[in-house]
Amino acid sequence: MQARQHRSSPTEPYTQNEIMAISAGRLIQNNDIVFAGTGVAMLAATAAKRIFAPQSVVFFETGGIDPALEEIPMAVADLRVMSGTALNSGLIEAFSIVGHRKLHTVAFLGAAQIDKFGNLNTTCIGDYRRPKVRFSGSGGGNDVASLASGVIVFMQHEPRRFVEKLDYLTSIGWYRGDDSRVKLGLKRGGPLAVVTNLGVMKFDEQTKEMYAAEYYSGVTPERISEKSGFSIDISRAKEAVPPRDEELRILREQVDPQKLIL
Amino acid sequence: MDHPFSEIADKLMTPEAAVRKFIKNGCQLAIGGFTVTRNPMALIYEIVRQKIRDLHLVCHSNGQGLDVLIGAGCVQRLEIAYGGNGRYAPTCIRFKKAIEQGQIEFEDYSNFQMSLRFLAGSLGIPFIPTQSGLGSDLLRCEGFSKATRQEPKVANKKYSITQNPFCAEQDPVVLLPALTPDVTLLHAQYVGADGTVRIKGLNFADLEQAKAADIVIVSCEEFMPRDEIRRDPDQNCLPGFMVDAIVPAPHGAHPTACYGFYDYDPKHLNLYKKTAADDGLFAGYLQEWVYGVGSYSQYLEKVGADQLAKIKADPVLGYAKGLDRR
Repeated sequence: MQARQHRSSPTEPYTQNEIMAISAGRLIQNNDIVFAGTGVAMLAATAAKRIFAPQSVVFFETGGIDPALEEIPMAVADLRVMSGTALNSGLIEAFSIVGHRKLHTVAFLGAAQIDKFGNLNTTCIGDYRRPKVRFSGSGGGNDVASLASGVIVFMQHEPRRFVEKLDYLTSIGWYRGDDSRVKLGLKRGGPLAVVTNLGVMKFDEQTKEMYAAEYYSGVTPERISEKSGFSIDISRAKEAVPPRDEELRILREQVDPQKLIL
Repeated sequence: MDHPFSEIADKLMTPEAAVRKFIKNGCQLAIGGFTVTRNPMALIYEIVRQKIRDLHLVCHSNGQGLDVLIGAGCVQRLEIAYGGNGRYAPTCIRFKKAIEQGQIEFEDYSNFQMSLRFLAGSLGIPFIPTQSGLGSDLLRCEGFSKATRQEPKVANKKYSITQNPFCAEQDPVVLLPALTPDVTLLHAQYVGADGTVRIKGLNFADLEQAKAADIVIVSCEEFMPRDEIRRDPDQNCLPGFMVDAIVPAPHGAHPTACYGFYDYDPKHLNLYKKTAADDGLFAGYLQEWVYGVGSYSQYLEKVGADQLAKIKADPVLGYAKGLDRR
């Protein structure tokens, strides 16, 4: 990572989705088993494999395991998640991988709301039975948040999304902080990072409260604070390494040339 | 054998006849496929055309089929994990409207939970444990009324939390009630002349949904002779005796995708997106594409040979390479 810093070029402009996909991709290690949802998550999983961790394996809750991904899928049931795979299966098989004790599984998820412990809402705004706004629902989000080794969340950094209290807790994060997640009976997992359009947030090892770990070039830690609807520790924030030209080139030319997500 | 289809002669039917025979008002229905892929649309359009009402849908992640049924007023009640259509509708449009306007009863689960509930139904066990969902509002918020919980095929509780009985320490588990739908609709690539079903690509939870149901209706792209489908039985997923009706329906999943045959249809899904957002335009859409269409071949004529050629899958890749998906 150090070498990258010297080679990075500050001249190439990049979009929010590009920096988010690259920041999340950097968090993936070789041999990680990566669970991808839709949208930017799909982009990040593909970018991780093409750029940062070629030995990682991407799989989908629908049962597509290690697809070729020559074209980017635009949904987890896209035919492109079934093509050139190691194995085509179904939901039960996919979730047997998510929670498997011998695998290190990392899931990319998006949400409408997040709280300071990384709990997520993808269900509704307002009352559950008669919501002001209804979203798609959990899908496999709750399951991977419950069972995977770790979760990386994508968010637009806005006060209405970074909230003190969720309207609905769809997918469990660090629950109420400290060891409350383990006390619920969940044996592993929890959110590792939140990648936003402003920077990368992480969680305190003890309290499990969110803090700003990195801010992108052109963003200040104060802006992260302003855009969060709860108080967030910015004392540990460092400027993020900008994407390299080569990383952007691969993302644009190979990962999503049709700009379906970018 | 005197006739190639003599073994399945009593099961072979048109979408019209299959729906008329098996789908009743108020029945509990599961739909195979997943969001933008392999929705049994030929059967779903027929349900709309026959104005079936008060359906209770049980779904993991459903897309186009779910949205058309809700939009056409066929659905009263829903158990669901996800309603979305990829980039064409991150949240299914008529589903979203119906919930926001209080038009349907609904209750949320997760994909794994719903798949496990179908699995339990398929195994003939009354409930199934998992640790998925602990601490979340999936377990705190109920959508069904007490009266609904008295109805046949509706569990009297959404879930139950208990301790693992095989563990001395605290180890909470969530128990989920089995699902046994009245009818499951699937769209498959192939059915053999002996009724054997072959699904290519991902099977999602189709097989659990089918084996959990009282009645299974399978629509298919193509038929295969008996010897041919039995030459490679590892590829097959359901024996003919599990299937009650077989419906020939080439392109029967359009505008959703069918691996090895055709991709999703971006043109139609964009048209749907535009019309579904507006009640008046949506009524027009249903009139034009469902009520006003006499048969599935007439529907496909409307889609057009050019468009069907554009979405035709590459036989090796399984999808339409380079398709403009915007």
